[in-house]
Amino acid sequence: MIRLIVSMLLLSFAGNVFAASGGSEGLDSVYVNLDDRKSLQQGAATFANYCLSCHGIKYMRYNRMADDLGISEDVLRENFLVASQKPSDQMDVTMSEEDAKRWFGTAPPDLSLIARSRTPDWIYTFLRGFFVDDSSVTGWNNDLFEDVAMPHVLYEQQQNFEPEKYDSLVRDVVNFLVYVAEPAKLVRYNIGILVLLFTGLFTILAYLLKKEYWKDIH
Amino acid sequence: MIVKIRNWIDERYPATKTWEEHVSKYYAPKNFNFWYIFGSLALLVLVLQIVTGIFLTMHYKPDTELAFDSVEHIMRDVSWGWLMRYLHSTGASLFFVVIYLHMFRGLLYGSHRKPRELLWIVGMVIYLTLMAEAFFGYLLPWGNMSYWGAQVIISLFAAIPYIGEGLAEWIRGDFVVSDATLTRFFAFHVILVPLVLLGLVFVHLVALHKVGSNNPDGIEIKADKKEDGTPKDGIPFHPYYTVKDIFGAGVFLFILFGITFIAPELSGWFLERANFEPANALQTPPDIIPLWYLTPYYSILRAVTYPLFGVDAKLWGVFSMGFAIFLFFLLPWLDRSPVKSIRYRGWMFKTALTVFTVSFVLLGYLGTKNPQAIDLFLFTNLTWAQICYFLYFAFFLLMPIYTRLDPVKPVPDRVTFK
Repeated sequence: MIRLIVSMLLLSFAGNVFAASGGSEGLDSVYVNLDDRKSLQQGAATFANYCLSCHGIKYMRYNRMADDLGISEDVLRENFLVASQKPSDQMDVTMSEEDAKRWFGTAPPDLSLIARSRTPDWIYTFLRGFFVDDSSVTGWNNDLFEDVAMPHVLYEQQQNFEPEKYDSLVRDVVNFLVYVAEPAKLVRYNIGILVLLFTGLFTILAYLLKKEYWKDIH
Repeated sequence: MIVKIRNWIDERYPATKTWEEHVSKYYAPKNFNFWYIFGSLALLVLVLQIVTGIFLTMHYKPDTELAFDSVEHIMRDVSWGWLMRYLHSTGASLFFVVIYLHMFRGLLYGSHRKPRELLWIVGMVIYLTLMAEAFFGYLLPWGNMSYWGAQVIISLFAAIPYIGEGLAEWIRGDFVVSDATLTRFFAFHVILVPLVLLGLVFVHLVALHKVGSNNPDGIEIKADKKEDGTPKDGIPFHPYYTVKDIFGAGVFLFILFGITFIAPELSGWFLERANFEPANALQTPPDIIPLWYLTPYYSILRAVTYPLFGVDAKLWGVFSMGFAIFLFFLLPWLDRSPVKSIRYRGWMFKTALTVFTVSFVLLGYLGTKNPQAIDLFLFTNLTWAQICYFLYFAFFLLMPIYTRLDPVKPVPDRVTFK
């Protein structure tokens, strides 16, 4: 009985690993670590400076982000909020969809859930996949996303930084977007471990109780 | 005092009588093994789904403009909303895991055989109802896979001759999946189907307690009774099976919480990536795939690629899919073996059941893949699905033959512990 349960558990994990290997062909893998607060803060800053003017993350609120990432209200007001914005505002773009369509041909998508719909590896590969292409409208093209409407916003960084430093800058943005896609991720693992410990203990006691009741049944 | 209250109630309502008849003096075989836990676990998940569902309903908005946003609102702004949502989505998948194992137990030990035919049929109706419940619920987050999944499955009804188009339109309430579809699916998912499900579960339990539980030996314990009229091989459900089921519930909850907290998407098996994009009528996802619990039938649907007798392939596919499920209902009569339990059956049934199980699982796996790709070996996924298609139907249609020819072993008089 116990053996069966253990083997089923192992099987379910094996299946998990098996499934995880699919769907990421040709993508560079990125190390995501939500415990790395510094990286999340860096990613937030880069995102706010270079991405947020076109791409909203409308399901995220400024003050929630500040709370979660340990950004003080002063820093938030100084570096993230524009004049009329309140800390409780959603992190959405100010550009209208019509303007966006006129300028880029298509409205830049909201990125709140991009890390869940595209995977972190995809964003990481995409942001590192730009190259100069004179035949395109923006002058840029992308290895992963052919004829993408987006210009290479981080080209200055890629030009001036060492490759490792650029990769780490992109990684911070990806890390931040993983957090944005699911803020509950910051707490759910830790709560989960406690819940599992409790459930495990409960199950052991339940087993002992069962054994006690059943000792006369032959 | 307590005795007085109890007597007062018992004179007006059969409380003690019901408790004794169905719990404390309900005799179940004493040799239940691991496979007998899934009935009570199904009841546990049902309660979990109802409770988490109530909390989700408090914050969800069934409106195409608001639905997707309201789910993200639950995930972010509602206290513990993410937990309710993940418990509900994980619970939905685990519900099917539990039900599939529960059904497999029936196949192993012949729980569908006389006198339990009605019990089995009611169970099959529950299974169908559960599929409907899952299908309606899957549209509600209004993600892109919700939208296209519903679009594809409803369009299957359109394949039925003459009435098909009208039927599909009637289900959608529109020419395409739209707000009208979402609001009615919400009504079905939170009111109609759960009510039907609860009623069916009640009938399932009443039927079970009328005929009594089967057991791993397939022996009728009621045939051999003590002087006091209780079965020699029976023990009262309470406390023996209540404590055992509490232990089983602990193991189950450990798995449930493990997935909920550590890997709620389960690499796309429980929550699909494409569903984190809002529904978009102009952008079809690369592969439209239902969740894993429906994929065996989805595979069967897609496996039919040739028109036959002037009927086009799609209609044959839809028919095959319906027939594949319908055959389960006939199982009590297709099985002609003199014994119930696999323990006393011969090599033919054992082989057939193994082949069937492998092909069912393979069909499920292939249903999540592109038919033209090669994910196994040698053949394309489509060819493998076609092979499994034949094995699936062969298991049922040849059953009257091989179960009669099968060399069976003698069944003992009393139950055994193995």
